[in-house]
Amino acid sequence: MTDTTLDLDLTLVRGSFHQAVRLILPGRQVSVLFGASGTGKTSLLRAIAGLDRHAGARIYSAAQCWQDGSRFLPTHRRPLGYVFQEDNLFPHLSVAGNLALAVRGTAGAEVLLEQLIESLGLGPLLAQQPWQLSGGERQKVAIARALALQPQLLLLDEPLSAVDEAFKQQFLPALKRLLVDSGITTLYVTHASAEVAALADTLVLFQRHAPPVQAVASQLLTDLGQPLAFRPDAEALLLARVKGHDAPFGLLEVDCEGHAFHVGGGAAPTGRQVRLRVQAQDVSLTRQAPVATSILNVVPVTIRAIALNDDHSCVVQLLLGEQRLLARITRRSVSLLGLAEGDRVYAQIKSVALLQ
Amino acid sequence: MLSPADLTALWLSLRLALLTTLILLLIGTPLAWWLAHSRWRFRFIPETLVALPLVLPPTVLGFYLLLALGPQGWIGQAMLTLGAEPLVFSFTGLLFGSVVYSLPFVVQPLQDTFQALGRRPLEVAATLRLSPLASFWRVVVPMARPGFLTAATLGFAHTIGEFGVVLMLGGNIPGETRVLAIAIYDHVESLEYAAAHVLAGGLLLLSFLLLLLVYSLRSRLRFRRA
Repeated sequence: MTDTTLDLDLTLVRGSFHQAVRLILPGRQVSVLFGASGTGKTSLLRAIAGLDRHAGARIYSAAQCWQDGSRFLPTHRRPLGYVFQEDNLFPHLSVAGNLALAVRGTAGAEVLLEQLIESLGLGPLLAQQPWQLSGGERQKVAIARALALQPQLLLLDEPLSAVDEAFKQQFLPALKRLLVDSGITTLYVTHASAEVAALADTLVLFQRHAPPVQAVASQLLTDLGQPLAFRPDAEALLLARVKGHDAPFGLLEVDCEGHAFHVGGGAAPTGRQVRLRVQAQDVSLTRQAPVATSILNVVPVTIRAIALNDDHSCVVQLLLGEQRLLARITRRSVSLLGLAEGDRVYAQIKSVALLQ
Repeated sequence: MLSPADLTALWLSLRLALLTTLILLLIGTPLAWWLAHSRWRFRFIPETLVALPLVLPPTVLGFYLLLALGPQGWIGQAMLTLGAEPLVFSFTGLLFGSVVYSLPFVVQPLQDTFQALGRRPLEVAATLRLSPLASFWRVVVPMARPGFLTAATLGFAHTIGEFGVVLMLGGNIPGETRVLAIAIYDHVESLEYAAAHVLAGGLLLLSFLLLLLVYSLRSRLRFRRA
């Protein structure tokens, strides 16, 4: 298999802002660049695309030099796709005209575009002008156009930040599936944690006064040495497989590390791998297995670490087989139950979101 | 209704205005593009030079062009060295003068249009692997259509109405430099008011219709932004 990694070494400079970025991002995956605005995420994406030129930068995509020393491949020669936050579509062209720009004489691209139009339901929009579309539809067209370019690297800069929540919830799983199926190395910039949970394989956390931190998403989200686990909306991601349908109750039964979870809010074929998102605030701990509880999902876990949060609460990192969960409980509870590292306890999970 | 001499003057004016507009679109487009996108700190110097014909009395412009283009002027000398005729009192000289005179009327609307487009459409085009030249033709030109229309109309109309520069630079040679405005002036000087009316009224009507057409088209050419 060819090397598809993205290898970066550059210093972003904007006025007095300096940010050294050294990353090696895995190929054929979605890497989400996450962090507050003003931490250099968009600047990094623009530098990778060659839209801005930073002196001394080294950028290699799939072992191909895009910038190094005096070498600088101009944007239009880089095999990438790019979706901006807005204004992606040309106002003088219809949706069809905008999409057609991506398939100029490229073999196979037209077939691919047809498939994308089909799977994203763009058919009814083709004859429309960009101004007639909703914000979400415009971004969908822009993403389809970028994918139709068959890029080696897909760069998405907060593509859904100006889109309404309902559209986003519907579109995110579809987007993830498209990215997984296409196998395109993707960098996705966002500051919305719902997008991290739905898309990220690798997570890169951008902070104002520190270099970016990179790890597998489910690890970084639950790492007690990093700030993400201490957010009010801290969360864990679990990989699970669909086992069956609990039709009378409208639930899906999935298997995670040999334990059955019952989750609502989605349909997926048996055998498909899915992601579960569990927020730390929805997990509580008991010493004994609870009886006669309304909580459906109770699993045995091992306490791996306990960290003090700044507001009299604790964040507890739990191991469920090989995977990690977080629980946010009060210091008083930790003390009353005498919780310590290595203890075996039961995690009661009040709410699980099915992501794919 | 129009005497053969007036017809000749009309044809000359139209030819002059069309050629001037064409030349100005050719040189004004790259110039306006550069002015719109350059980050050079002394960009205001060429901008001032481009705007100068707006405020200069045409006779001043005409006077210096006469000196420069004449047999003793530096351009005239260069023409002589190349074995060409000096440009004064010729159609070519007039064309040269008109291009200078109408330059801001073409460059400024184009520069405004290019600036209003911003960099985003070009960035999007580059990520779609369009070369800079291809994105100019496929993106900039169609998006800047209203600006091109305005620039061409203003350049054309302004050249048609040219008088001072022509008088200084070209004089009054029928079929060569005697344009409409000069013909009207001649008629008035000879107290031929009826003939002056035909030309002046015709010019008024033509200008009005031209602008009417442009303004009605402009709103239709403009693209709706989301």
